[in-house]
Amino acid sequence: MTAPQARLAVDIGGTFTDIVLERGPGDFISGKYLTTHGEPERAVLEGTRDLLEKGGVAPGDIGLVVHGTTLATNALIERKGAKIAMITTRGFRDSLEMAYEHRFEVSDLYMQRPAPLVPRWLRLEVDERMAADGSVLRPFDPESLRALIPVLRAEGVEAVAICFLHSYMNGAHESAAGALLAAEMPELRITLSHEICPEIREYERGSTACANAYVQPVMESYLRRLKTGIAGLGIPGEIMLMMSSGGLCSLDVACAQPIKLVESGPAGGAVLAAHLAAEMSIDAAIAFDMGGTTAKLVLIDHATPQQSRNLEVARAYRFLRGSGMPLRVPVIDLVEIGAGGGSLGQIDGLGCVAVGPESAGSEPGPAAYGLGGTRPAVTDADLILGKIDPEGFAGGKIALDALLAAQALDIHVGTPAGMDVRTAAIAMVEVVDENMANAARVHATDNGAQLEGRTMIAFGGAAPMHAARIAQKLSIDRIVIPKGAGVGSAHGFLLAPVSYEAVRTRLIPLAALTTEDMGAILSDMRAEAERIVRLGVPAPAPLSESIAVYMRYRGQGHEIMVTLDALPAADALHSMLTALFDAEYRRHFGRTIPGMEIECLTWKLALSGPRPAPTGAALAPEATPAPGPRKRQALVDLASMTDGDAGVYTRTGLLPGMRIPGPAIITESETNTMVPAGFSASIDARGHIVIDREAAVAAKGEAA
Amino acid sequence: MSDQGHLIQLQVIWSRLIAAVEEQARSLIRAGFSTSTREAGDVSAGVFNTRGEMIAQAVTGTPGHINSMARSVKHFLAEYPAATMREGDVYITNDPWKATGHLSDLSVVTPIFRAGRFVGLFACTTHVVDIGGNGPSPESRDVYGEGLFIPIMKVVDRGEMNESLLKMVRANVKEPVQVEGDIFALVACNDVGGQRLMKIMDEYGLEEIDTIGDEIFERSRKAMLDEIAKLPRGTWSNTMTIDGYEAPIELCAAVTVDETGVHIDMEGTSAASRFGINCPMCYTEAYASFGVKCLVAPHLPNNAATMACITVTAPEDCIANASFPRPVVARSTIGMFLPDLVFGCFEQALTDRVPAESTGTLWNIRLGMASEGGRKGFMVTTFHSGGAGARPALDGLSATPFPSGIRNVPVEVTESITPLVIWRKEFLKDSGGPGRQRGGLGQVMEIGNREEAPLTLYARYERVVNPARGRQGGQSGAPGRLTLGSGAKLKAKGLQVIPAGETVIIEMPGGGGYGRPEDRNAEAVAMDLRQGFISPEAAAEAYGKPGTGA
Repeated sequence: MTAPQARLAVDIGGTFTDIVLERGPGDFISGKYLTTHGEPERAVLEGTRDLLEKGGVAPGDIGLVVHGTTLATNALIERKGAKIAMITTRGFRDSLEMAYEHRFEVSDLYMQRPAPLVPRWLRLEVDERMAADGSVLRPFDPESLRALIPVLRAEGVEAVAICFLHSYMNGAHESAAGALLAAEMPELRITLSHEICPEIREYERGSTACANAYVQPVMESYLRRLKTGIAGLGIPGEIMLMMSSGGLCSLDVACAQPIKLVESGPAGGAVLAAHLAAEMSIDAAIAFDMGGTTAKLVLIDHATPQQSRNLEVARAYRFLRGSGMPLRVPVIDLVEIGAGGGSLGQIDGLGCVAVGPESAGSEPGPAAYGLGGTRPAVTDADLILGKIDPEGFAGGKIALDALLAAQALDIHVGTPAGMDVRTAAIAMVEVVDENMANAARVHATDNGAQLEGRTMIAFGGAAPMHAARIAQKLSIDRIVIPKGAGVGSAHGFLLAPVSYEAVRTRLIPLAALTTEDMGAILSDMRAEAERIVRLGVPAPAPLSESIAVYMRYRGQGHEIMVTLDALPAADALHSMLTALFDAEYRRHFGRTIPGMEIECLTWKLALSGPRPAPTGAALAPEATPAPGPRKRQALVDLASMTDGDAGVYTRTGLLPGMRIPGPAIITESETNTMVPAGFSASIDARGHIVIDREAAVAAKGEAA
Repeated sequence: MSDQGHLIQLQVIWSRLIAAVEEQARSLIRAGFSTSTREAGDVSAGVFNTRGEMIAQAVTGTPGHINSMARSVKHFLAEYPAATMREGDVYITNDPWKATGHLSDLSVVTPIFRAGRFVGLFACTTHVVDIGGNGPSPESRDVYGEGLFIPIMKVVDRGEMNESLLKMVRANVKEPVQVEGDIFALVACNDVGGQRLMKIMDEYGLEEIDTIGDEIFERSRKAMLDEIAKLPRGTWSNTMTIDGYEAPIELCAAVTVDETGVHIDMEGTSAASRFGINCPMCYTEAYASFGVKCLVAPHLPNNAATMACITVTAPEDCIANASFPRPVVARSTIGMFLPDLVFGCFEQALTDRVPAESTGTLWNIRLGMASEGGRKGFMVTTFHSGGAGARPALDGLSATPFPSGIRNVPVEVTESITPLVIWRKEFLKDSGGPGRQRGGLGQVMEIGNREEAPLTLYARYERVVNPARGRQGGQSGAPGRLTLGSGAKLKAKGLQVIPAGETVIIEMPGGGGYGRPEDRNAEAVAMDLRQGFISPEAAAEAYGKPGTGA
């Protein structure tokens, strides 16, 4: 008997639970099920049963279930987590509420900060104090903690976060406090800040620890129920959880550190894009995901999505950095913009067209849906411009009414700005595309990256309609619209490796750093990461290791991440780290500062299990004549604002090797791909649509 | 192109220009060395037309540069007319009167050429770690003691760095490598802006940007005047007394709203001080206009046209219009009270829109320890604040600055780079001004030294004698206070010694309340009690509601 081969990926989103069943390599079927908010596992179990039946797969054949969920994020946003307390060093209970002591919106007189997860009366203090070097300034007094136990009991506290000053240097007091509480109150869930986030900066570490404690009881109970339910279906396979870093962890790790599961959906999309980049040998890519309300961008270099350790959830101002709850966890670095198919247009105080972040969502949706929406959404403008085939939208499930779209555009944008409907539609689309292009530009600047020459990988319902125009604006010559991009996140889950990232803060001037210091930090982190990763990847399966050091010039507040494969030899340590730092610094800022002291602050080591190998370079398919268009329709060319005549094709009718010149529309059940004039689309061997700027293709041809 | 299409193009180019200056600012913040640059985005960046009028400015952390940097470009053009500028030239100054108000801010201006033709300028400003002289101390008697003064001059001449200038800078500052690094960052960020502008001009086939700039100005002016037209017409006056250095200071303003805009006259304001808390006119304009702007039209962009709708005048050589060579290093002492001063005028004209007074000037902590024997000394500044004023429908923000947008420095970071130990940092009970809406709470920090050595405290705190006042029956916030751990009182201004083994306790003021305390909702009072924001005594005395015994 062979091991069960089939795999299942489950992505619980706010509206839909997407399930993908992989029957064998490259053989997928998928389903969308309404999310059941009270008991999310219900949709998962019912959907799974349904999909297994449809796919003709026996539960016993499922070898692995990979799962991602917005449950933790939602608990934070909707404040539906557990009743928690924070236990902290005497004198510091207000750190969580003072946050950064700043106004994130400088000119908003009526600004409000999100309320802390723990009210002041449950932020409790004990006697203890570490110094910045990890030495004890004041010993931990267990009696001061014991005195708090009646309060925890009386208040019905389910979980606590223990956050002591400088615990990232020495966690002994936190551990002692945790052990005492565990002994006295065995039912209590306990998060130690130095375990969940051993990094300097008390507010961020405390915020991360409290958020973990806050979601832990909810997540743990859900995950245990899910485990029982999945086993009850007769599925023998293990459940692995998708993390915000784009890696997987075991169910037990997820129960202990559930905060690392937030934003796993978008991470799945980025993993998928990265896998595609590997398959297609794309060195520099940008993933672009656009749905109904938001668009997300991720830089992907050498098939690896850009990583960071800064995440913010539950923002007071959704798209404003610094207005939310900071979480210091490994995360795929994505920029989110309030731009989607449902984003609404209007005329602002300057007489200009403004689009989003307000969105019509799926109800009432764009005006063209005829569900009561009267304000124009981006989808309405797309329809007027000819980017959508009104007959086949959403697989024919939603009939679009162009008249309603035109009316909404006229009333809210056209008339007030003195434009006809067509111009109003162009204005809305140009503004929303420009917003996304600008967000990409600023994000690239923040990361010292170039956009020019990248390949854009576009997925999500609205992205294929907007990708080409945004690419034009960013001087990007190639766009890939992957096959089956509608459930991209869940697909990505199946491509993610088991991984864990350990981190330490140790401020060491580079000049004083020895290989012994660095080796000790690394082996300490390696032991932690290995213990956790081996739960999912039993020995002797090989693990790959990556090391990163956050370095800066002494006096600077932002560190630059330098990556390396292994501990350098003693005689090369300083020269190698200096060279790596210089190169990164130059990439970000154009120059280095000779003579300036360099210091290392934060250290990171990640271990990952094997990831699915890309299927290797596919041969270029033989050129095949494309079928004639199903029909033709008017399509406005946004770059020149002139009318064009586009062929409309059905994606399922297009085979590898076929090439379609722009202007064209390629329709499929989840989306439409817009190919503007001056571009052409071809279908590659794997069935992906590859859109190229013709001038760029010609130039390459000449060069060759 | 049709007229209709033209509007689309205008809008796209406008948003592209805003993205360009945003990129310019971000690259400066990331490369900057001073704490205020990186923690507060204490920089500014903008693009200007050939007349030196600002078309777009990045949204950054502190308001003090908003108008001042914008106006500085005209001074550069006066010194170096466009005809004398060459491709590859870059100009610099820290002239407090022609740039942003004190020597620690360096401003750099880069003319942009396209096919040999001068098309516009990029300008930026950042706060450097040190500029020599007496440093941040306001004890100098004139600007000469406050550090190196760089008149408007070339920092790059046709692509060549001005080595002589850099040598002078290096020789005059305590952190030469960092300051030089900041100068390079300023030059480089303008290049980023210039490159983006070239791309925009390529893509849209533009030969100049003055035309599009004028259209932006026209729309902005109209939008700003539309907002101003919603205000009642008239003139309203207000006076605010602040503690001052050698004597209390009266800040006076009369705000006039008419069809041309909002005009602020500061007649009656006290004369300049002997200490460096004087404010040059450019910085006064920045903060006074900021107060008007965030009350009247917070969502409109800052550019030459919106700014031109607000004018500010002040008597010659008063503390808000200090003449050269007055000392000005701590000009924020005055500047940061100006929005509250202006609000006091608007309060008489507007119902339920104007917040109560805030702490104003930041309560930054400057502590130092001298090097001695084998012990390495240090000098550190961390940013902190008292409470902000209550709003008509919201309580004031606790331990949050207004009008500054600066972020704090984490305790763990301060302790990791100095031997300081911060023993507590918590909200100060009963410090928020009672009111229907309560003023934001101040905070208390207690700081000691792990080394057996005295510390030097550089104090320049306000609202110790004159607290933040409430509005509409709301009461004042608690005043600030400085003491030693052992109880002795310290002065709010000037250099003082914290003996070895002692701690200093810094109690930061609270914001003013809004509306009568007796009108405060009983639930809100009960919640304040439960949170420990007020004491049972205050609940009874200030709010007339007995404590719940919580």
